[in-house]
Amino acid sequence: MKAKVAIVVFPGSNCEQDCHRAFSLLGAEPVMVWHADTELPNVDLVVLPGGFAHGDYLRTGALARFSPIMSAVQDHAEAGGLVVGICNGFQILCEAGMLPGALRKNSGLKFLCKWVTLRVDNADTAFTSLAAEGRLLKIPINHFEGNWYAEPDELDRLRGNGQIVLRYAENPNGSLDDAAGICNEAGNVFGLMPHPERACEELLGSRDGRVLLGSLLDRIESSRKASA
Amino acid sequence: MSYLARVDVMLKPGISDPQGQTIEKALPVLGYDGVTGVRVGKRIQLEVEAASEDDARTKVQEMCEKLLANPVIESYEVMIG
Repeated sequence: MKAKVAIVVFPGSNCEQDCHRAFSLLGAEPVMVWHADTELPNVDLVVLPGGFAHGDYLRTGALARFSPIMSAVQDHAEAGGLVVGICNGFQILCEAGMLPGALRKNSGLKFLCKWVTLRVDNADTAFTSLAAEGRLLKIPINHFEGNWYAEPDELDRLRGNGQIVLRYAENPNGSLDDAAGICNEAGNVFGLMPHPERACEELLGSRDGRVLLGSLLDRIESSRKASA
Repeated sequence: MSYLARVDVMLKPGISDPQGQTIEKALPVLGYDGVTGVRVGKRIQLEVEAASEDDARTKVQEMCEKLLANPVIESYEVMIG
């Protein structure tokens, strides 16, 4: 049975089609879910895609966290379900308190749209299990507010727990501890600024995004086998 | 009664503010030397129905905690009237 993936579409999302295509290529069954819905279909994974949800007014993700669907997304996560937020989705998860920290404007005050190299610093997660620790991934970034921050004691805790899963090989935006992608303490909610869904086909310059998205699908398949 | 509320939201001290830094670098070019500590924030203005000034303040502070400011990186100040 194919893994079921809900992609939440907010007004202003613009990466939902890319996510849909990438998860389809990887053999999953993606469905779009509108932000004003109050229930999620029965899915294995929820994706909050990139874009400018609600115009990014006030702060990135500040209004999207109050979209009706977000209660269902929180329930899904609290029940142990997988959630990944990409770029704007990461910002939304931080604003919703589902991931620690906050995303500030890039230190160079420039919108960044380029390929970067990420390093997998914790391969023992549902998001990175197909990679070896230290593996480098070529994946693009496309953001203005990717400069992640957490308070010092929180940062220590996250480091100790291995929650800073992906780091930039060369920090493009001032993000604390070079963090590019993090997870929650339970290890089922992920957020990252780079766009793995845009790096799933050789024609687009890289297939390294498949390592991350494929890891999630691999986890879904193995937990199904375990419960069968 | 309706109360005019103003909220100043600033990045917390110690959180780097690239906008403030950029302005600080631009000012000497215009001949303004000796300017330091430039920080950029935002002001949000609201008209709030409330029973009293204290009630209005309490309401707006709640709004700040829930939405208007991000307590991880921002501090806020509420002014009524």
